[in-house]
Amino acid sequence: MEELSRSLFTVLQYLVPGLGVTVSVTLIALGIGFTIGTVMAVLRIYGGRILGAVAATYSILVRAVPVVVIIFILFFVISAVVDLSPFLSGAFALGFASGAYQSEIFRGAIMSVPPGQMIAARAIGMSRFKAIRCIVLPQAVRLAIPAWANEFTLVLKDSTLVYVIGVPEIMRRAQWISSRTLEPFMAFGTAAVFYLVFTMLATRLLSIVERRYRIIM
Amino acid sequence: MPDESILRIENLRKSFGQTEVIKGVSLTVQPKEVIVIVGPSGTGKSTLLQCINLLTRPTGGRIWLEDQEITAPGTDEDKVRRRIGMVFQEFNLFNHLTALDNVTVGMTKVLGMKPDEARRKSSFELERVGMSEHAGKYPGQLSGGQKQRVGIARALGMDPSIMLFDEPTSALDPELTGEVLAVMQKLAREGMTMLVVSHEMGFAREVSNRIVFMEGGFIVEEGSPREFFNAPKSERTRQFLSMIT
Amino acid sequence: MHDFFVFSRMVLPDLLQGTRITLEIAVGALLIGFVVGLPTALLRIYGNPWLKRIVIGYINLFRGTPLLVQLFIVYYGLPEFNVTFSRLTAAYLTLGLNSSAYQAEYFRGAIQSVGRGQMVAARAIGMSRLKAIRHIILPQALRLVLPSWSNEMIAMIKYTAVVFLIAVPDLMGKAKIISSRYFAPISTYLIVAFIYMIIVGLVSLILQYVGKKLETPGLGSIEATAR
Repeated sequence: MEELSRSLFTVLQYLVPGLGVTVSVTLIALGIGFTIGTVMAVLRIYGGRILGAVAATYSILVRAVPVVVIIFILFFVISAVVDLSPFLSGAFALGFASGAYQSEIFRGAIMSVPPGQMIAARAIGMSRFKAIRCIVLPQAVRLAIPAWANEFTLVLKDSTLVYVIGVPEIMRRAQWISSRTLEPFMAFGTAAVFYLVFTMLATRLLSIVERRYRIIM
Repeated sequence: MPDESILRIENLRKSFGQTEVIKGVSLTVQPKEVIVIVGPSGTGKSTLLQCINLLTRPTGGRIWLEDQEITAPGTDEDKVRRRIGMVFQEFNLFNHLTALDNVTVGMTKVLGMKPDEARRKSSFELERVGMSEHAGKYPGQLSGGQKQRVGIARALGMDPSIMLFDEPTSALDPELTGEVLAVMQKLAREGMTMLVVSHEMGFAREVSNRIVFMEGGFIVEEGSPREFFNAPKSERTRQFLSMIT
Repeated sequence: MHDFFVFSRMVLPDLLQGTRITLEIAVGALLIGFVVGLPTALLRIYGNPWLKRIVIGYINLFRGTPLLVQLFIVYYGLPEFNVTFSRLTAAYLTLGLNSSAYQAEYFRGAIQSVGRGQMVAARAIGMSRLKAIRHIILPQALRLVLPSWSNEMIAMIKYTAVVFLIAVPDLMGKAKIISSRYFAPISTYLIVAFIYMIIVGLVSLILQYVGKKLETPGLGSIEATAR
């Protein structure tokens, strides 16, 4: 029992600093993905033939490729051009990939907003752009919350993949400590528990947000 | 002779693909006039209203709003729509905004009004339609009649020159139509120019200055309520009246 | 640009060898996921409260933790308890169990969409619960689940990409070797990306075709949720 607590303590000591990295990577990636996703969704639906096709191509192609591959490609491309830390490159790559999935989420959400909303907005003299920004998007974002909560957990789990480019998040630290203590199960098992806790927290938090901002149609 | 009309429609035509829905409609609306358009469903009445505020582009004919030809190429359609108020059959209230905000959003985002000024004016409009005490509620919490009244306030908030009503009570349960019609009657008394598509014959008889009967994309007959109901000139009008009374 | 094509032609055979392994693992994991996932879903819906709790825990465990962590626990962690797997076995096992948790949820959704009336009607003509599930509920549920299941197939193809981290010689594994041998990471991984796009594209088309063939008029489909 004592042995167990001791090894657990060692593992925790080394893993906990990784929590901050994992969470930061996740949040930055989600933010980037949100921006890309909403823009792409709007372009896809309201952008006309060319822009719509560009947005559709981005979404289809990026979602056909494993996230690891995207991380590799973007990491090496970014490194060739600018001197960015693996942390930022990884977060950006993750965000770039998430953007494609989020664009699908928001596309579906925008299409669920009743068409009468846009019509009424135009009827009081709003330009298409204003109508999208003030009337359609605010409703679409709220409708998207359940699917977005799912994406949140997916990005959180995919954040482990940036370990391949050397970011010191939970997984890399777990691997390091497991090679030190020769107790891989304790190391990776604890890491797993962290992710489980994060996922549950995020899901609960987002369901509270969803309930608060739910639109009664 | 100077044209003081609020709205002048000349030989309007509208086709959707191969189907011609409006086949040459001409109409002039004078200030403070209340015109009710009646006719069988699907004869282009709603389409007519949508053409007037340019939500749908007419395929032929011309429309003047006050002294501006709004069908002329290069017209700023968004600006035109500020001067025309529209009330929809399905209300189309902005679901994510309170009743008050539904009225203020046009003022702040389109007219560029300052927030407190907009709020003050919106409260006034809500008062006008009898919805002041529900200002903080969301559309999902309102009954149909209440939603429609907020819809009217939203349109009024833009200070339009003319109000278009597209079957405003058709989606309402019978007990709720009264409150909406009462508001519309009040507006008429206050001198608002109104163009109403409706099946409410009581309202047409009591409140309108002129009734227009549309069928098959044409205006078949128009006249004062007394002329229309008591001495219709056309056979088709007579047929229509016999079906609905 | 020309160099890129020369390079591609040179490395393609190796990469395609790896692609074969990728596809084998994806299909294998999908099948394991089906074989384990369907009974799991049934237990989740029709089992007694204790069984339900265990099953829900299992599902949450696999859906709440990253695939990579699961893979490392199985391949590096379990040997601590004298349970050792080869790389390939660990890959099949982890991906299979992972997929089973997601598939269990998709099946659950599909079965619950079938509508209680179907079960009631089946019992009313004297079928046992088991027979009703087998002959009435499942045939409908399996059609309803097709969109989600197709998504899962495509997801599997993408998720196998992580097994190169335990040195499985799949497409990514080969790519890593090639990229370091020729110092050409961008070119290599771009080719890899293209290969995945083609595979995913083909599989999507095939699944669409199959879906159309199996369509039953009047039987709606549940919204496919992205993985």
